[in-house]
Amino acid sequence: MAYADVREYTHLTDEEVEAIGRELDEIRAEVEASRGQADRDYVLRIIALQRRLAVAGRITLFASMFPPAWLLGTALLSSAKILENMEIGHNTMHGQWDWMNDPEIHSSNWEWDTTQPAEQWKHSHNYIHHQFTNVLGHDNDVGYGILRMSRDQKWTPYNLGQPVYNALLALFFEWGVALHDLDIEAIRKGKKDPKLLKKQLKQIGDKVGKQALKDYIVYPALTGPAFFHTLTANFTSNIVRNVWAYMIIFCGHFPDGAVHFSEEELEDETRAEWYLRQMLGSANFEGGKLLHVMSGQLGYQIEHHLFPDLPSNRYAEVSVKVKDICERYGIPYTTGPLHRQYGQVLRTVMKLSLPNRRTKDDATPPPKKRSGRLSDEERPGRRSELGRWTNAAASIL
Amino acid sequence: MLRGVRRVGKALTTPLHPDDYLSLVNPLWSARELRGRVERVEPVTDRSATLVIRPGWGWTFDHKPGQYIGIGMEVDGKYHSRSYSLSSPPLVEGKTVSITVKAMPEGFLSNHLVEGVEPGTIVRLAAPQGDFTVPEPPPAKMLFIVGGSGITPVMSILRTLDRRDHMPDVELVYSAVSEEQMMFLYELRVLALRYPTFTFHERFTDTDGMFTAEQLDDVVADWRDRETWACGPGPMLDAFTQHYAEAGLEENIHVERFTLQRVDGGDAGGTATFGVGGPTVEVDGAETLLEAGERAGVNMLFGCRMGICHTCDVPLAAGRVRDLRNGDEHGEPGEYIQTCVSVAVGDCTLSL
Repeated sequence: MAYADVREYTHLTDEEVEAIGRELDEIRAEVEASRGQADRDYVLRIIALQRRLAVAGRITLFASMFPPAWLLGTALLSSAKILENMEIGHNTMHGQWDWMNDPEIHSSNWEWDTTQPAEQWKHSHNYIHHQFTNVLGHDNDVGYGILRMSRDQKWTPYNLGQPVYNALLALFFEWGVALHDLDIEAIRKGKKDPKLLKKQLKQIGDKVGKQALKDYIVYPALTGPAFFHTLTANFTSNIVRNVWAYMIIFCGHFPDGAVHFSEEELEDETRAEWYLRQMLGSANFEGGKLLHVMSGQLGYQIEHHLFPDLPSNRYAEVSVKVKDICERYGIPYTTGPLHRQYGQVLRTVMKLSLPNRRTKDDATPPPKKRSGRLSDEERPGRRSELGRWTNAAASIL
Repeated sequence: MLRGVRRVGKALTTPLHPDDYLSLVNPLWSARELRGRVERVEPVTDRSATLVIRPGWGWTFDHKPGQYIGIGMEVDGKYHSRSYSLSSPPLVEGKTVSITVKAMPEGFLSNHLVEGVEPGTIVRLAAPQGDFTVPEPPPAKMLFIVGGSGITPVMSILRTLDRRDHMPDVELVYSAVSEEQMMFLYELRVLALRYPTFTFHERFTDTDGMFTAEQLDDVVADWRDRETWACGPGPMLDAFTQHYAEAGLEENIHVERFTLQRVDGGDAGGTATFGVGGPTVEVDGAETLLEAGERAGVNMLFGCRMGICHTCDVPLAAGRVRDLRNGDEHGEPGEYIQTCVSVAVGDCTLSL
């Protein structure tokens, strides 16, 4: 169910909420003060790697008539596109690297390798989604206007097709994202300013034109007789990137532990309560360093939502401190292996294609009210201090 | 032809630029942002040094002597930029330009440039600008009044005249703390020996005291007949500008200031909003939009903070702003404004 107040949901006192806010502000200040050469070196390294992968992929595909070259080229190009969208584009457009004062790596002018124009992304994502995270009716990312992802969203027979819409969204995710800022719902209700709509459509058209020309005409044509093979390789790379981006993004807010909020939460919400909402509405996933890089560090979705504009390479160290805060205050910290998190997402998609009365709610129950000191049974086990503070552990509270 | 190649290149690399890939091979192969490589750092005095820079693609070597360039340098992951006068004449052999930098006691970047730059360092450049230049052909009688590091634009002018082997009647009054602190001392003395038409007045504040406008009569008796260029600390320039104005000769003096002078804001002030739907703060007529944005916690791009480098430019979404330097108002939506020298006139919104 959607909650109207984060503070009540967590049974924290006003003082505790403000104390959490102060601790998080401190974490932010520490990272800001220590940003420096090592961080710049990191992003330059990733950018150089991504560009080399892209060049290698494009060159390999000149031999795309030979299946092994097709496969290798597609793999190289897919990883370049994934890196560009996730670790470089998404994070740069958040302003994570603006502090470097480098006009070539700056949120104001970064354009990414996908069909959505950066300007529209910065509005629909950086502002709408990050400001109103998981607030039903405000955050269009809850199901993207296509899927029913919360039991509080109204069911209609349209939702019976969810498994199909979901598969299509995964395959053509970049196109869903491209249209995201248009706000289809506003258009349907006739509330959209036609001038703005025209401007946005033109912007999307220009971007789509350039992207399609590159991947489906110019590069295939350059490879001459291999035109068709290169075209399918490029198409496949875009699909691979789409499915990957879709999966990572869906694991950020739809696994079982992440909760939704109703509009009342936004009233007089303090900065500290905003922090709490971000923590409760987001879910991490666990994995190795490579997985985190390829997902733009969104395995640290909770940390990213607390500090969307801190450099992504610092989320790992921040997560240790955030986890500690959650343990001390008894706040759920949702995480788990990627396959489990995505499994939960998929189950929700399937279940919510049916009306509520036909299915059982899987949501994690809210934390129980604490009475003074925790008893030994109520305390998280030793295991959690080693970093396995999972849903399961949270539900003990 | 070249344009066609670039168009194909852009189609291949969109949304990036071909130069984003080429600069992986050689950092100078990019015209996206002007860049340069520091070739040599030559000490001038114990507290100043000349940086010889080889600019990358996109640089035209046609600056006018006396102009300045912007230079951006990375220190601990972050770019800092300042403006320095070019001390080299245009179109020198070897395709380099040079700036001469004096380490200031509290000058973060100037100290770094003088002491910490390794040859090979890649810096960002901004195209030459400024109207502290000598017309073509040069006037027959000229006077340069210089304080401290204000010598650098004058040096570029003198070197250009020297290269053309044509020195009109030039007087230079150059005031520095001491002989050791005087930049280009020997080069200037050599010039004075070579050209009888060039007179070099060395003034040392340690022994001679400050050079004041009242002393001008004693040093250059015919100053009223000379077109004058003055460069140095603000108070010095103020004194000489006033002196010329009192003599009815304000048309005769050109000055180069390295610090921003503000004119009083009349009915400026209101609110400034950073990004549509972004944070809004109250501003008065003296707080620049850049300062206001930083106060509001917005991460604003900036460079020189004095209206030179245009790094801080952002488009105006709505409202009106005033340029503090000259009082010009801008109110065209979409117009790029320089946040570091602009204040709000009423309520304004910036597109971020």
